Amino acid sequence: MTLYLVRRLAVLVASTAVAGVVVFAFMALLPGDPAEIALGVNATPEAVAELRARFGTDRPPAAQFLDWFGGLAQGDFGTSYVSSAPIGPQISDRLGVTAVLVLGGMAVALAVAVPLGTYAAVHHRDPLGAAISALSQVGIAVPAFLAGILLVFVFAVRAQALPSGGYVPLAEDPVEWLRSLLLPWLSLGLVQGAVLTRYVRSAVLDVMREDYLRTARAKGRGRTGALWRHGLRNASIPVVTVLGLQLATLLIGAVVVERVFVIPGLGDLLLNGVAGRDLLLVQGVVMVLVAAVLLINFVVDVAYRLLDPRLR
Amino acid sequence: MRRIGIWIAVGGLLLSTAACGGGSGGGSGTGGTPKAQSLSVGFVAEPANLDFTSTEGAAIPQALLVNVYEGLVKLDQDGKIVPLLAEKWDVSADRRTYTFTLRPGVTFSSGAPFTADDVVFSLDRVRTDWKLKIKTQLDVVDKVEKKDDATVVVTLKRPSNGFLYAMATRLGAMFSRTGVADLPNKPVGTGPYVLGEWRRGDSLRLDANPSYWGTKPALSSVTLKYFKDATAMNNALLTGGIDVISSVQAPESLQQFADPGRFQVIEGTTNGEVVLSMNNGRPPFSDKSVRQAVRHAIDHKALLDTAWAGRGQLIGSMTPPTDPWYEDRTGDYPYDPAKAKELLGGKTYTVKMRIPNLPYAVASAQVVKSQLAQVGVTADIEPLEFPARWLDQVFTKGDYDLSIINHVEPRDMGIFADKSYYFRYDNPEFGKLLAAADEGTEQEQTDDLKQAAKLLSDDAAADWLFLFPNLIVAKKGVTGLPQNAIAESFDFTALAKQ
Repeated sequence: MTLYLVRRLAVLVASTAVAGVVVFAFMALLPGDPAEIALGVNATPEAVAELRARFGTDRPPAAQFLDWFGGLAQGDFGTSYVSSAPIGPQISDRLGVTAVLVLGGMAVALAVAVPLGTYAAVHHRDPLGAAISALSQVGIAVPAFLAGILLVFVFAVRAQALPSGGYVPLAEDPVEWLRSLLLPWLSLGLVQGAVLTRYVRSAVLDVMREDYLRTARAKGRGRTGALWRHGLRNASIPVVTVLGLQLATLLIGAVVVERVFVIPGLGDLLLNGVAGRDLLLVQGVVMVLVAAVLLINFVVDVAYRLLDPRLR
Repeated sequence: MRRIGIWIAVGGLLLSTAACGGGSGGGSGTGGTPKAQSLSVGFVAEPANLDFTSTEGAAIPQALLVNVYEGLVKLDQDGKIVPLLAEKWDVSADRRTYTFTLRPGVTFSSGAPFTADDVVFSLDRVRTDWKLKIKTQLDVVDKVEKKDDATVVVTLKRPSNGFLYAMATRLGAMFSRTGVADLPNKPVGTGPYVLGEWRRGDSLRLDANPSYWGTKPALSSVTLKYFKDATAMNNALLTGGIDVISSVQAPESLQQFADPGRFQVIEGTTNGEVVLSMNNGRPPFSDKSVRQAVRHAIDHKALLDTAWAGRGQLIGSMTPPTDPWYEDRTGDYPYDPAKAKELLGGKTYTVKMRIPNLPYAVASAQVVKSQLAQVGVTADIEPLEFPARWLDQVFTKGDYDLSIINHVEPRDMGIFADKSYYFRYDNPEFGKLLAAADEGTEQEQTDDLKQAAKLLSDDAAADWLFLFPNLIVAKKGVTGLPQNAIAESFDFTALAKQ
């Protein structure tokens, strides 16, 4: 297990470095000069040249890359071209908001998927179980932003029960914080929940057909009891894998949902950065997102081993 | 069925949560308590930072000018220049010397008094520290001198009508000699508001300045809330998240606010000419008759109705109605497809229409395309990401045939005098008229600029689709909103709530 961990960590570090090169190269391909955009249509050529020198964008790409990546390794994300503020604190502020959004969305997804998926598997011959299965198929087809727009229309505009957008920090007002997050959580979580429901259902179905479950039932346990005692742990293995993949999807979904709900998270920061060609900022955000996805994969792999003794 | 069940169940949960949190209202400005004298206003563009001396973008002066920073003079709602930090000013007979008498008892929000030294410092700083090309508007200034603590004398190299006007823009903003250390984050001005809290990506709060020299604002604070999405902004007003939409991004959405018991819609003018630019520097639009054909081929009334719900005004040249030299030039090229075909001489063209991916440009481009098709001009629409790609391809490189953009700067006819500007319009006669207008008397200025606007129209240097409307929606009871958006700032000083 230790050797496995070390190997897996090495892969994690190496893939992060490769990602850094790719991210940097893509940014270099984006059309538009950051200095020209920062100064706009009314800039003097001298001012543009001066700003390029200040940003360091007049240097060869290799030097710029080494500077940036070297800084990253020491936790320094550099200074924004556009706002002249350090990037690291901006990202960590926004990361907190996005993390709350994604984790809440995941919680909603699990709360929907585990009971519904299990029920649909156990009762897969009943009309209700079949209906859950069919409806989750419909849910998969709904993008998170559309769910968001619908939720806003129903609960904010029509019912006037919840705010249509905006974010109130927890420290400022816990009740408003919760109210501002409910709809975003639901729009992320319900759609992901629909996807997850199908996985839970098929995983539980598979487990129900296993010999050990039949043995357990032969020894006198009921169908549900056998499932609780022996089945769910095994059924959770494929689900955990999917969960990891879904966390990554949720992160991307959050980028869009943040725009719909006017939440100042990483996605909002990213889109602003792209529009203003604040390249260092965009590179920083993308790297954080990439690192998050790689880290999630790492955690999933390790969790997989812990759940399934046969792999150890 | 089951799914509907889930939605209903979830709804019940949410409603009960809402009931628990009930009474606390939807954020700032919605409470009915007497001391909740604050308002929140929705905007589309957030400032990148707070330094308008070195960062482009309308969002910064919109938030800070007049509200936080004040100039010696300002523009009123009719476009007239009126006193602000200067009580009065005298102009010498040769119109080259301006003597400003400063208002007494004015202090900066840092506590430092505002004196003639600060005026000299601020105006000199435009030349030495400002990074934007607009600073060249003050190149006409020869020297700025302090006569005494309350009097400043500005001498010009030549008479210029543009000077005092420039002083009413951000170029004339007064800075404290001790307050420019951190302009991107800490503005120090003499205005009725001071920076409260800036939550990047979300909002900017301005608080009333307790030591303001003039009439104190009726509100204790104004929050500027930023929305990238027009629907999100509309929803925020519908649900009480904000009190005002500063500028409606999609006029067809106005019907949501049709209930006069809840909302008021204010429509005024702006300085924004939505220009169909034609590349005068390369065929086919280097040929005047082709350009004239385009102007005849477009039914401007139909375009405005289709693309912008009929909101806005037809102008016909590069001048908004709030400028003293405005003349209605819409009759110069009446809609006449037959005439257009005649001017094209039976030839057909295929041209590149590279437009920014902005709502008004995309909507207008569709109409322009279909109308041009009727006279034999095929326009291939290529939307470019704004600002980066549009600036690069169209504005900087001039690689386009047709484009559509709202030119929002005030009194910006002069851009046609620069033949390297992306219109690539080149007529020395036009430049001469502009120079004469700037140096002449007020009457000469008006006459020359009328001439200049007519010349642009006759030459078909571009086509003017419409004047962008100023559309504000506010909750009933909000007063003091500026009807016309003709200055750079969104003036909060008169804002109040009943």
